[in-house]
Amino acid sequence: MLKFTLRRLYQTVIVLLGVTLVTFIMVNVVPGDPVAVMLQKKADDATINRIREQMGLNDPLPAQYFRFLTNAVTGDFGNSYFQKKPVMELILRAFSVTGTLAVLVLAFAIILGVLMGTLAAVFRGKWVDRVIMMISTLGMAAPSFWLAIILQLIFGLTLKWLPISGLRQPNAYIMPSVALGMIYAASLARLTRTNILDAMNQDYIRTARSKGVGEFFVVAKHAFKNAGIPILTYLGTLIKSILGGSVLVETIFSINGLGRLLVEAIMKRDIPIIQGCTVYIASVFVIANLLIDLTYGLFDPRIRVAGPAKR
Amino acid sequence: MSIKANAKVQDAAYTSFYHDAFVRLKKDKVAVACLVFIVLLILVAIFAPLIAPYEEGYQDTSAILEGPSSKHWLGTDEFGRDILTRIIYGSRISLSVGLIAEAIAVTIGVFLGALAGYYGGKIDAVISRIIEVFASFPHILFAIVIMFVLGTGVINVFLAIGFVGWTGIARIIRAQVMQLKEKEFVEAARASGGSDLKIILRHLIPNCLSTIIVVVTMAIPSDIMYEASLSFLGLGVQPPVSSWGEMISMARKYLRTNPTYSVFPGIALVLTVLAFNLLGDALRDALDPKLKNL
Repeated sequence: MLKFTLRRLYQTVIVLLGVTLVTFIMVNVVPGDPVAVMLQKKADDATINRIREQMGLNDPLPAQYFRFLTNAVTGDFGNSYFQKKPVMELILRAFSVTGTLAVLVLAFAIILGVLMGTLAAVFRGKWVDRVIMMISTLGMAAPSFWLAIILQLIFGLTLKWLPISGLRQPNAYIMPSVALGMIYAASLARLTRTNILDAMNQDYIRTARSKGVGEFFVVAKHAFKNAGIPILTYLGTLIKSILGGSVLVETIFSINGLGRLLVEAIMKRDIPIIQGCTVYIASVFVIANLLIDLTYGLFDPRIRVAGPAKR
Repeated sequence: MSIKANAKVQDAAYTSFYHDAFVRLKKDKVAVACLVFIVLLILVAIFAPLIAPYEEGYQDTSAILEGPSSKHWLGTDEFGRDILTRIIYGSRISLSVGLIAEAIAVTIGVFLGALAGYYGGKIDAVISRIIEVFASFPHILFAIVIMFVLGTGVINVFLAIGFVGWTGIARIIRAQVMQLKEKEFVEAARASGGSDLKIILRHLIPNCLSTIIVVVTMAIPSDIMYEASLSFLGLGVQPPVSSWGEMISMARKYLRTNPTYSVFPGIALVLTVLAFNLLGDALRDALDPKLKNL
């Protein structure tokens, strides 16, 4: 387990380095001079050149990357061109919003998805199963941004139950969480159903049943725990998708989160924010994945010894 | 499968793997319905000028933001353009994104995945890290940043979505090639003097074909959603080109007064994604049940 942990840590560092490199290369191949953008073409060439010199934009690219990397390690992504504030400050403020939303989306998706999936598996072939599968098939086909608009139309404009934008009241979190979480609840339901059905066919379930364990405990204790690993694996992807999907939902519900910060920075070509947001979001995912990998052992003692199988 | 059907399959002189799979697929009524829907959609996209009630971009200034009527079945938008016409033309963008972006993703993914799986060792370690790096960015976010780099436009949408989607394919092909390269037929090919390149192209990749078909079919609906999302954010296909995502984005302003304007392009999007999702499921069951957890 120690060897496995160390290897995963080493891999994580390499991947994080790669993330910064890919991001740096992408934003630096964009045509156009960031300083000219920043000054909105109001300055003469000499001034632009002086500022470029000050910002280190005249240095060779490898030197610029090295500086970006060493600063990024200390949590410094430079200053926004337009807001004149440290990018990290803007990111952290936005992330507290997106993070809250993401936790709610995750909770909604896991509770609804695992519940529906388990019910479908227990009542396999019955109408409960069929209805749940139908809902989840539909749920997987509805894009979050359209679902958000339909929810706004029904619960915001027609029924007037929920506010259609902002996050001023606690109930304002409901629509964004449902709009973004539905697709993941749907796919989790399918995943849970498949894995519980698989687990139910295993020998240890037969053993448990033959020992006279009640059906509820068979599902709750044995099938559930063994169906947990694929679900845990899916959780990493889920976190990544939620952080990505928040871009759309935040735009629709006028939520000042990370996604909206990024989209607005792209519209204004505010490169430090684009760079910082991209690296930050990818790092959150990479570290979450590392933590997930290290918790596998809690679910399956076999992994505690050998280390998780390569996915 | 009943015993009778089983006997029938055995009676046949030669039934290829793909023929078997097709027979299995044909029994699945949902899959056949989805396939018919997709074929119809492709025909609609190709023959859009013949089918659409109005010319693309035609503005009926006497009917601005109207609801469904006999003249405009699904109503009109803020420029008096027929919404049904725009939905029909929008199918062209959605379907070509599915096709072209997947072609790009498959080319990169199969190439890198096969190299990593076949050679293993250091090459595998390097390619696997590259895959991990690119898989660390949320797809939609990565596509947004690529659109920022390339600039908006239809071709760039294809490139961005294609470049986002290759990591999943690369992982699956890598795992499959790793298993396949230990098989006797690969050993035989090597013994008879086949070069590495020939073994990969002639033996390994053709054996991954059924997986590639399943993975592509399952990735197309995501690509369609990414395009709609990008265009919805104003970073994808630009007006006046019709795209479902762009239509939904424009319709948002009139949600209060013209709710149907937002609803119809969304229904087109949901039905298309649904058809590809269900067909993908059926293809997976028919061709490659191992990919169940995808």
